[in-house]
Amino acid sequence: MSTTIVNLPDQKTATLPKKNYINAEDGIISWLTTGDHKRIAMLYLISITFFFFVGGIFAGLIRLELLTPQPDLVASDTYNKLFSMHGIVMVFLFLVPSVPATIGNFLIPIMIGAKDLAFPKINLLSWYLYMFGAAFIVAAMIMGGVDTGWTFTTPLSTHYVNTHVVTAGLGIFIIGFSSIFTGLNFIVTIHRMRAPGMTWFRMPLFVWSNYAASILMVLGTPVLAITLVLVVLERTIHIGVFDPTLGGDPLLFQHLFWFYSHPAVYIMILPGMGVISEVMSTFSRKRVFGYTAVAFSSVAIALFGFFVWAHHMFIMGVSNYSALVFSLLTMLVAVPSAIKVFNWAFTMQKGSITFETPMLYALAFIGLFTIGGLTGVFLGSLGMDIHLTETYFIVAHFHYVMVGGMLMAFLGGVHFWWPKMVGRMYPESLSKLSAVISFVGFNLTFMPQFILGYLGMPRRYHSYPAEYQVMNVLSTAGATVLGIGFLLPLIYLAWSLKYGAIAGNNPWQATGLEWQIQSPPLTENFVETPIVTQEAYDYEWLAHKTEQEVTTVG
Amino acid sequence: MHISPVLWQFLIKWLTNSALFPAEASTIAPWADALYFFLLLITIVGLVLVGTLVFGFAIRYRKERNPVATQIEGSTLLEATWTIIPLALFLIVFVWGALLYFRIYNPPANAMNIYVVGKQWMWKAEHPGGQHEINTLHVPIGQPIQLTMISQDVFHSFSIPDFRIKREVIPGRYSTVWFEATTPGTYHIFCTQYCGTKHSGMIGEVTVLTPEDYKKWTESSTSGMSLAQNGERLFASMGCNACHSGNAAARGPSLAGVYGSKLTLTNGSQVLVNEAYLRDAILNPSQHITAGYAPIMPTYQGQISEEGLIDLVEYIKTLQTNFRVHQTLTTSESNQAAPMTPGVVKP
Repeated sequence: MSTTIVNLPDQKTATLPKKNYINAEDGIISWLTTGDHKRIAMLYLISITFFFFVGGIFAGLIRLELLTPQPDLVASDTYNKLFSMHGIVMVFLFLVPSVPATIGNFLIPIMIGAKDLAFPKINLLSWYLYMFGAAFIVAAMIMGGVDTGWTFTTPLSTHYVNTHVVTAGLGIFIIGFSSIFTGLNFIVTIHRMRAPGMTWFRMPLFVWSNYAASILMVLGTPVLAITLVLVVLERTIHIGVFDPTLGGDPLLFQHLFWFYSHPAVYIMILPGMGVISEVMSTFSRKRVFGYTAVAFSSVAIALFGFFVWAHHMFIMGVSNYSALVFSLLTMLVAVPSAIKVFNWAFTMQKGSITFETPMLYALAFIGLFTIGGLTGVFLGSLGMDIHLTETYFIVAHFHYVMVGGMLMAFLGGVHFWWPKMVGRMYPESLSKLSAVISFVGFNLTFMPQFILGYLGMPRRYHSYPAEYQVMNVLSTAGATVLGIGFLLPLIYLAWSLKYGAIAGNNPWQATGLEWQIQSPPLTENFVETPIVTQEAYDYEWLAHKTEQEVTTVG
Repeated sequence: MHISPVLWQFLIKWLTNSALFPAEASTIAPWADALYFFLLLITIVGLVLVGTLVFGFAIRYRKERNPVATQIEGSTLLEATWTIIPLALFLIVFVWGALLYFRIYNPPANAMNIYVVGKQWMWKAEHPGGQHEINTLHVPIGQPIQLTMISQDVFHSFSIPDFRIKREVIPGRYSTVWFEATTPGTYHIFCTQYCGTKHSGMIGEVTVLTPEDYKKWTESSTSGMSLAQNGERLFASMGCNACHSGNAAARGPSLAGVYGSKLTLTNGSQVLVNEAYLRDAILNPSQHITAGYAPIMPTYQGQISEEGLIDLVEYIKTLQTNFRVHQTLTTSESNQAAPMTPGVVKP
C-alpha cells in the first residue's frame, strides 16, 4: 500500500495545459492591467513575500541585538525603529492580506464555481492601493523610519517623536482601503456568484472562514482609517482629540485603535483556519468533522471579535466593571476556537491519513495554535493579565497565534495549492524537511519568551537585566533555525516553477471544485459553469467521478 | 568530549545566575502564582489531550493501517462536550481572574500613599513625609502601600514583576495600584509601556526594608518638609488663599474638610471629592464650579508641575480648618504694607 496519495500524471508524456491563465497574455503590462483574480493573486503573492522577508530581516536584527543584555548592536532609536517597522510591515503588509488576498483571491471564485470575483477591476484596484500604501511605508523607512511601535500610542506618536509618523500612518490608511475592497469583493461574490447547486452549506469551509474575515475587514478597517487620520491631524494641526493638555482623552485612542486591531487578529487568523480545514480533510480522506459547527464557529468568532477590544486595556484604568464585561466576553470568544481545534482533530478519526507537506504544516498549526489560544486565556483572565501584559509573555502569545498559527497555515496553503497555481510540484522531501525545521525553530524561538514574560521582562526593551540572558540566547538561536525554515521554501518553490514535476489536475485527489479543473486553470476557470450536486468533502462522489472518467477514456 | 575548564566555569555561572521563576515578594504574588499554575495545568492538559488525539489518530488511522476512510458526519454530543467543558473551565478562570484583579486594584483602607510621577525616562517618587526619590522606591514590609501615579508626558507603565503588580501611568489622570511587600531585598521596577528612545532605561529598584530600617531611612532622607507643608507654601504663593479663604464673603468655596465630601456643582451633579477631582478642579476650574459660586477661577494648566499639584492636593487633603489660611493671609497683607519684612519666604 502506498503511503501517499500524490497522484501525478506520467512525467514522460505530461505537459502543462496549452492554454492557461499564465500564458493567456504576454508581457508585464498584461499582468499590471489584468482583471483576472488568479493573476492578481499572484501579484499579491510576490508583493507580500517580498515584504515578509523585509519584516523578517528586521526581526533577525532585533533578535541579534537581544543576544546580549547590553545595548551594543544598534542605538536605542534604531532598535525602536526596528521593532516598529517589524510590526507595521508584518501586520499591515503581510499578515492582513496574506491568505485572503493571495490564496483567497485565487480560490474563492473557483471554489464556488464562478469565473471571477464580482468586481475584477476593484480587485485590481485593491492591489494598486496596497502597493501605493506600501510605497508610503517604504518611503517612511528610507527617510529614516518610525519609532512609535506598530500601535501608534498617543500622545507619544502625536507629540513626542519626530520620526515619519504621518507618512507611515497615511500608508496604513491607504492599505486599509485595499483591505476593505477585498472584503467587499468577497462578500458580494460569495452572495451572488455561486454556481447552480452551490448552497451555503455545500461551500468549502475555506470560503466560510474568508467570508467571516471579510465582514471584519469591511466593518473594522474604517475605524482604523479614521483613527489614523485623527492621529495625523493631531500631529500636524493639534486638534486636541487625544492630548489631555488640549482637552483630549489619551484613552480614546486606545479604544479606537483596538476596536480595529483586535478584530484584525481574527482577520489574520480566520482565513488560515479555513486553509487548515481543507488540508485536514484532504489528507485524512474524510469530510471535516462537524461541518456546521466549524462554519458557525467562524461566524461566531467574527461576531464576538468585535466586543472584546478593551481586553488590551485592563491595566489602563478602565473601570473595574467594564473590565469584568470584557474579560467575560474574551472567555466566550475562546470557545469557538476550541471547537475548531477538536473538530480538526476528530476529522482524522477513522480517516486514511497521509503526511504530505501541507498536512505537516496543518498538524504544526494545530499544536501551535492550541498553545497560542490557551495562553490567550491567561491574558484574558483579569488578575493574571496585570502581571503578564506588556511583557514577553504577550509577545510569545501573539507570535504563537500569528506565526505558529497564521504563517504555518499560509505556508501549508501555499504548498497545498502550489500545484494548482503553477501546475508543478515542489521537491517533497525538501519541503517536508523545511516544515519540520520551521516547527522546531519556532518553538525554540518563542517558548523561552513565555518564561521571560513570567519573569517580568518587558517587551520593546533594547537592553535588559543580565539574569534574562540565557532565555534570550535560546530565543535568538531558535530564530536562526526559523529563518532557515522560511528561506528554504522560497528557494525550492522558485526552483519548481521551471523544474518541478508536472502536477496534473488533482495531485492530492481532493474534492474541491478547484481540483476538478486543469492546473494552472484557464482564465475563465471553467469551460462550462459547473452544476453542484455534491456536498463539500464528498470523497465517494470523487471516487465515483474518477471511475466514470476512466471508463469513458477506456 | 573535552570542555575547557574556563568555558565550563563560565557555563555554570551563566546557568546558575539565570532565573526561571520570579521571586514572590508581596502578599499578592502567591495569589497570582496560584492562578498561574491553574492556567498552566489547563494548558498542559489541553495540549496533551489535543496531542494525544492528533498523534493517536495519526498512528491508528494512517493509510498503511487504514486504507479506506469511514465517512462520519459529526456528532452533536461531542460538539456539546467540547463546547461546554472548555466554556466551564474558561468561566472558572474568569471568576478567579476577576477576584485577583479586584484584590490587586482595590487598596485596603489603611494603605500608606506614595505618589509616583513618570516622565521620559525616569520615575519620581514622593513620600508623604516629603522624601523624594528618583528611580528608587523605599518601602517597609508588612505595610500596605498605595501608589498614586501620573505621567507628565506619554503613557508609561509601572511594573514590579516580583510583586506581580503593574499599572498604566497615564498623562492627565491619576491611576493607583497597591501592594504589601513581604521579603526585604531589592527588586526591579520596569516601565513596561513603550515610551520612546530610552524606554528600556526607565528602570529602577524598589528597596524593601524592615520597619526599623525603613524608619532610619525616612529620618535620614527627609527634606524637612512634608508634601502638605510644600503644598501650604504653594497655596499661599500662588494666591489661592485670596479667594479660598473660608470667609463668608470669599469669592471661592472654603476648602477645609472638602476632601472626601460630596459637592454639588452648578450643573446640579454631585461629585465625590478625591485626589483626581482636586487635581482636575485646579487645572480645569470652569468645568467644576461648586454650586453658589461664579466661574471666575482661571485655569492653572501649564503653570504648575505634577509635583506641585500633588503638593497642593496633599495640602487640601489635610486642611481641616481655615485657621492657618487666615494667618497666612494676614501675614501676606501686612507684608504688602511693609514688603521688605525679612524672614518671609517669597515664591
